[in-house]
Amino acid sequence: MRKLLTLLAFLPLVALANESEINITAPINPSDKASLQRGAHTFVNYCLNCHSAKYMRYNRLIDIGLSEKQIKDNLLFAGDKVGDTMHVSIDPAEAKKWFGVTPPDLSVEVRARGADWVYAYMRGFYRDSTTPTGWNNTVYPKVAMPHVLYELQGEQVLNHETHQLELVKPGKLNPAEYNAFVADLTNYMAFMAEPGKQSRQHMGWWVLLFLGVLLVLAKKLKAEYWKDIK
Amino acid sequence: MALSKIESVKTEANDPKGLMGWVDARLPVTSFVKAHLTEYYAPKNFNFWYFFGSLALLILVLQIVTGIFLTMHYKPDAQLAFASVEYIMRDVFGGNIIRYMHSTGASMFFVVVYLHMFRGLIYGSYRNPRELIWLFGVGIFLVLMGEAFFGYLLPWGQMSYWGAQVIVNLFATIPFIGPDLSEWLRGDYLISDATLNRFFAFHVIALPFVLAGLVAVHLVALHEVGSNNPDGIEIKANKDKKTGIPLDGIPFHPYYTVKDLVGVVVFLIVFASILFFSPEMGGYFIEANNFVPADPLKTPAHIAPVWYFTPYYSILRAVPPIFNSQFPGVAAMGLSVMIFALLPWLDKSPVKSIRYRGGLYKKWLAAFVVSFLVLGYLGTVPSNIWGQFGSWLSGADRATVVARVFTVIYFAFFILMPWYTARDKIKPVPERLTKIK
Repeated sequence: MRKLLTLLAFLPLVALANESEINITAPINPSDKASLQRGAHTFVNYCLNCHSAKYMRYNRLIDIGLSEKQIKDNLLFAGDKVGDTMHVSIDPAEAKKWFGVTPPDLSVEVRARGADWVYAYMRGFYRDSTTPTGWNNTVYPKVAMPHVLYELQGEQVLNHETHQLELVKPGKLNPAEYNAFVADLTNYMAFMAEPGKQSRQHMGWWVLLFLGVLLVLAKKLKAEYWKDIK
Repeated sequence: MALSKIESVKTEANDPKGLMGWVDARLPVTSFVKAHLTEYYAPKNFNFWYFFGSLALLILVLQIVTGIFLTMHYKPDAQLAFASVEYIMRDVFGGNIIRYMHSTGASMFFVVVYLHMFRGLIYGSYRNPRELIWLFGVGIFLVLMGEAFFGYLLPWGQMSYWGAQVIVNLFATIPFIGPDLSEWLRGDYLISDATLNRFFAFHVIALPFVLAGLVAVHLVALHEVGSNNPDGIEIKANKDKKTGIPLDGIPFHPYYTVKDLVGVVVFLIVFASILFFSPEMGGYFIEANNFVPADPLKTPAHIAPVWYFTPYYSILRAVPPIFNSQFPGVAAMGLSVMIFALLPWLDKSPVKSIRYRGGLYKKWLAAFVVSFLVLGYLGTVPSNIWGQFGSWLSGADRATVVARVFTVIYFAFFILMPWYTARDKIKPVPERLTKIK
């Protein structure tokens, strides 16, 4: 009985998986610096024209192996400083006029929606003549954003019988290359959502090691004091 | 260290000319340390469940200290709050660790307090002469819930915003004064900058003071009557004739300080594992939707409170509206928390500890624990999660019906307690504490 109650008391700690309709896992690796750098490049070139990442400083990219000079030469817009955050020059009011919504800031997008969502979303665009942009998305139906990467992916259509996307017009990249391209972007966006994650986890092992040693000492101390108590 | 040695320490008076003598003549330091640590005699058979009191105190200190550092960088302004949290996470040195310590600490506070309350439940720690300790404890629990609620608005994400919206609107259901009351609480017609500012004030000044005060009287009352134990026996009933020290008591310091140190380190290992490797705890400690800035025009599809409020939230949802008023649900939710305060007077058993109670009590307790957990789970999910019953229950949501059944069991545990504790079979209670294994 007592054991059962103890067990029950701890049950809520057993995390129940978060429900999500995305049934694909983004093939990302936060330690793959080359992938993160390619993703950063994609993000700055494609996303940062409309979406800001206003909590992300350019020089934080040093964490993914870029030097300050590389950041300045390849990723900064004219006039920006390396300590600036990734703001966007598009006027929010104008953007709202064009798209119907202001493109959201993407700093913590992966934390809000998950990496798998971003990965699936970037692969989920298809041609749909009924929408204002001519594009629709399987992950985010009726999304206001057009398919920015269509030159790379090509054009897909949704087969309404199989509910599968079919590539009808190939792009510059073949499907495997495009998936890898989007995975790099997702990898970078996951990094950008929490740049301190890797170093935090690294620190965690040292803290646990310290606490492990402390536990041994504390147990010995307790045993020493308690040996007379019957 | 033998007890006799501690006795000899007791008789030594501080040299009136020494530093401690000088201080003691002006401030009762030595006598305070004696009364509350070195000569506070605690039962020697404390088990696993007795770690959670000192752990709760540890978390309180942790929350206050991390809270001070967060306050240095946080901006309680609807325009700046969300950004200032991200600033702490990215640009403040060690800010992400401090923030996660605070967010993990909030959830772990409730884990520890729930286990601490459960300890009181199984060993009858609320019974005579400890009713006031229990009442102060219920007060601490209530203030803690307020503290958590006010604090949750501060990151100014979607869940912060809409969670606060839902909870403040609960007050609007109170007949006659409700709408005015909720407007008065918000300081506006909707959750806004004014609300954020006052919630910040409550979170960092008002409630921490009340909390510290309640914790102090909780401990003073405890040290007045002495600690209960897993046997539910008063150790003061068996004192050494000469010294007046309880035969089954040992000084809190050093015995329980070194024992609690082990508990603290084990707790910190759990705490650090969450903090460093999974601070969101799969969305239970930090919700994903809270990384979307608060938007008064966009209601999230599914609003759920943080896990520690979900049992009561389930009760709120389970009670059907009467005369189109949601107030009965709100009243039931309030009652489900407040009813803990009545325990000392509901329990009519001649014994305190579960060790000497009969099967009837154990079955009711198990039913209560299961209800609490099921209601807690159901509060985290939409009420259509298990689909609907067929026409024979007019298509009611399965989860809602289940929540109703467990709500009834939850309250029955308390309301029927005078009856089942009085007629339960009990085992004989020993004179002295049973041996520790």
